[in-house]
Amino acid sequence: MEEVLKDKILLAHGSGGKLAHELVEKSFVKAFSNPFLAKLDDSAVIDISGRLAFTTDSYVVSPIFFPGGDIGKLAVFGTVNDLAMSGARPLYLSLSFIIEEGLPQDELNQIVNSVQKAAQEAGVEIVTGDTKVVNRGSADKLFINTAGVGIIPDGVDISGSNARPGDKVLLSGTIGDHGIAVLSQREGLRFSTKLESDCAPLNSLVAEMLNASPNIHCLRDPTRGGLATSLNELAKQSKASIRIEEEKIPVREEVLAACEMLGFDPLYVANEGKLVAIVPLEDADRVLKAIRGNKYGQDAAIIGEVRAEHPGRVAMKTCLGASRIVDMLVGDLLPRIC
Amino acid sequence: MKFVSEFRRSELAEGLISQIHRKSRTPARFMEFCGGHTVTIFRYGIRQVLPRTLDMVSGPGCPICVTANADLDKAIALSQIPEVIIATFGDMLKVPGSRSSLQEVKADGADVHTVYSTMDALRMAEENPTKSVVFLGIGFETTAPTIAASILQAEEKGIGNYYVLSMHKLCPPVLRAILDSGEVKLHGLICPGHVSAIIGSHPWEFIARDYGIPCVVSGFEPLDILQCVDMLVDQIENGESRVEIAYRRGVHPEGNQQALRLMEQVFEPCPTQWRGIGEVPDSGLKLRKKYQHFDAELAFDIDPGPAYEPVGCICGDILRGVKTPADCQLFGKACTPEHPVGPCMVSSEGSCSAYYLYGGGFEG
Amino acid sequence: MCLAIPALIKVIEDKEAEAEIGGITRRISLWLTPEARVGDYVLVHTGYAINILDEEEAAETLSLLEEIAGLAEEEG
Repeated sequence: MEEVLKDKILLAHGSGGKLAHELVEKSFVKAFSNPFLAKLDDSAVIDISGRLAFTTDSYVVSPIFFPGGDIGKLAVFGTVNDLAMSGARPLYLSLSFIIEEGLPQDELNQIVNSVQKAAQEAGVEIVTGDTKVVNRGSADKLFINTAGVGIIPDGVDISGSNARPGDKVLLSGTIGDHGIAVLSQREGLRFSTKLESDCAPLNSLVAEMLNASPNIHCLRDPTRGGLATSLNELAKQSKASIRIEEEKIPVREEVLAACEMLGFDPLYVANEGKLVAIVPLEDADRVLKAIRGNKYGQDAAIIGEVRAEHPGRVAMKTCLGASRIVDMLVGDLLPRIC
Repeated sequence: MKFVSEFRRSELAEGLISQIHRKSRTPARFMEFCGGHTVTIFRYGIRQVLPRTLDMVSGPGCPICVTANADLDKAIALSQIPEVIIATFGDMLKVPGSRSSLQEVKADGADVHTVYSTMDALRMAEENPTKSVVFLGIGFETTAPTIAASILQAEEKGIGNYYVLSMHKLCPPVLRAILDSGEVKLHGLICPGHVSAIIGSHPWEFIARDYGIPCVVSGFEPLDILQCVDMLVDQIENGESRVEIAYRRGVHPEGNQQALRLMEQVFEPCPTQWRGIGEVPDSGLKLRKKYQHFDAELAFDIDPGPAYEPVGCICGDILRGVKTPADCQLFGKACTPEHPVGPCMVSSEGSCSAYYLYGGGFEG
Repeated sequence: MCLAIPALIKVIEDKEAEAEIGGITRRISLWLTPEARVGDYVLVHTGYAINILDEEEAAETLSLLEEIAGLAEEEG
């Protein structure tokens, strides 16, 4: 009986007692072995100086395992990417697990392994964490909250408000892969595809881009809400307009097919391993080359430019040569019949 | 993607666009009846590339937009029954009823699921034998046969907990009602492509014959719409009025006989309320007596409450092509996609939504 | 209205089929198109094939459009 019970995470695992310590030591500390965690102190004590980039995120994706990744991988890369979008070199992450009672231990172990592998690939350390277990029904299997810090090199000033008329808009690769890969697993939609989430760490890509040109004005990773939402945010922050061309935007055939079937616009589908960069005209080709030289940027393209007229708006030139407005995503993407 | 990307080729579009500009001399107003056509037109900016002689107006071919408040209230009332699971196409979720919406009742705990197909709803019924799955049957003649097929499958497999709330509507009768009202002067009709795939092109003949209006059945890609406009312009410049099919790869004049048979087997026409238009005779579908045990309205005792239209909402006028979104006092202010007042703004293919989301773009 | 997308029938099982659309696969119903065969392209609406696409007509339409484009180039 005891053995069977221990295969699932129980409320007791989160209560701070013996089971909880066992969980932390056997699952987390062992997997993320680093001097900070091994100390098992209440806080990690870090000695760094410079301009710090600091971010926090919560991950509630469902299902927690999807083609190309899982919630653990997503949590690490998502946090790393937020830091990278400020031009920072990501260094340390915190990780908090809110576990729904009854989650099989195997699944938790799988996620922890993913986290460890992802942290290794991205070159970051998980230095502090927390675990809570909640009643069945109070969390959808597993929620992960993170915080991350990184150092921004001198001379780098990247912000959503830096776009200037004449700048070029670059996209690092195909859009919609993550959202469609996750959707393919959802109840009521079931379709099978070889498509996988594009979940990836972009920090080394950003470092290479900055080597090519320290004058990058804006960086953004188009996660929820897709490319359209990120471009709108940038246009509003910079008080400029952005004009993109439909034919220049890379989209995989499977993503297009799924979007056609369900009635979605790929511009609004989530990505987890892509970035949008706004760079001065004279640096565009150089930066594009740098992106294409990285394994996560092979399909990169220049998709548009920044203009002064109609500040705050994004427009797209369609295949007919006409222009249409591209607004932010409103609410949820819902499959439709019409 | 086969049959899709070829019909989006920009170099072919240019050819059609110049031909239309060359031929079109007579000012004419075309209505695209179908919401899917409205989306293509706005999404690709087709109005911008047409000559000034041509004016486009959108019709009531959005099954979501024309669903009466009272019907949506019935669906919401059904969602409140503990053993009921509502299975619906995603389009219906955000549409405001008289007091609430499916999205809101779902947030309050009602069991509402979005599905892509009735196949998924049937599976849900099989997997939840202690519950009753009620499928919200919306859509025109393209969708009704699929619901009919689902009922026949439920019968075949002995699935006793599957029900349908039929809110289906038929296109030709409402077009007749709009033309009879004389409210909007039309010189050409872009006929719905997938409805025609089911019913064929003959049901549109009364429009050409009795009203002298040229009709062309169009596909949904930008080249399809442009080709359709080109064919309508041809008819107008030659003083003709007949029914033609531009969408020849998808539509036969006789339609899909099997689909029509299934639809006829399960449903019969009945009068029905079209939001903003009122009651149109023989324009709705209800389950035949033989299949009444699948009818959600008969199986459950519900009190949807009084139906109520929001003040200031002119969706009705917009659906009939009499006004445009720009004419509406609420458009863009009280009524936006984030906070929709009427269905034309909620439905992804409603005129207001298309107008708001795609706008006119900007030049250059 | 009526989002329908062209899909290629790969396998048929009784009244259902595995259909492929641009690299993704989905089970569809052939209740409305019982005459469909493996290798046919069908229009799929909410998981049901509503019609079989006529490849010849598609080719003819494209040819016609190419002709128009060619003429336009000559004139322009």
